[in-house]
Amino acid sequence: MTASNPESDAECIRRILAGDKQLFHELIQPCERSIYFLLQSLLRNDADAEDAAQETVIKVYRNLHMFRGDSQFRTWVLSIARNEGLGRLRKAESRREDSLDEMTGDQAGDYTPALLTSWREVPAEALERKELGSILRKAIEGLPEIYRNVVLLRDIEEMDVRETAAALGITEGTVKVRLHRARALLQRDLAPKLKGFAPKRARLFGWGA
Amino acid sequence: MRIDCKHVWDHISAYIDGEVDAALRAEIDRHLETCEICSAVLDSTRNVVVLIADNRAFELPAGFSNRLHARLDRELSEA
Repeated sequence: MTASNPESDAECIRRILAGDKQLFHELIQPCERSIYFLLQSLLRNDADAEDAAQETVIKVYRNLHMFRGDSQFRTWVLSIARNEGLGRLRKAESRREDSLDEMTGDQAGDYTPALLTSWREVPAEALERKELGSILRKAIEGLPEIYRNVVLLRDIEEMDVRETAAALGITEGTVKVRLHRARALLQRDLAPKLKGFAPKRARLFGWGA
Repeated sequence: MRIDCKHVWDHISAYIDGEVDAALRAEIDRHLETCEICSAVLDSTRNVVVLIADNRAFELPAGFSNRLHARLDRELSEA
């Protein structure tokens, strides 16, 4: 993630609106990843996410004069991306009537973590392995939408709580609760699967062998 | 007060983000010193957070950026 600088964003926008249109390429570039992954998370389809991402960027450009600067530029961009994604979901009527917000409330259930002690260090070299990326993506795709969005913006795009809340239209408290729940679900799902990536010195005791 | 494992799990995410107050942090740290289970849960949760933050796990589709900017170029030359 490349953090954008609000002052240089504002200056950049001023120049674009004054006619230096090509500058828009630079302005939007740091937001590309977040736009794509937010839409991928909403639409769960790579091709749709890419198409929606392009549409989002065009809308951002066409509406640039509407940006008031009372939020970060990226936050504003992501709210446009989110609306684009939700609009598509509605249009496709693929959105299930039983909203996930109802199905899996933020307080739903107790959580018991995966109790094992064999996977405690991050094996840096393991990241070179393709399979790890695929295991991680699958785990995140398996999260209910309300958790997936939060993980995506907070932990993958490394936005702060405030920015995440603004981009998703939820409170900061809700971001924290959902993030906690999401990480717990991911830990439970991933810790056993990633045992194989742990260093050899790992020692199990009691359970989980 | 001695906090239990469940209490520690409830605060693990905030603990990782440095968002628990000093008193609770001290309680959790004291618990972690003697509880290998909670230490492992904390470490593995932190590992998950570190791993998914690694951009290599989440790459844009090949050519995404080129296609996006090509589309943008068409828009910029029209307007």
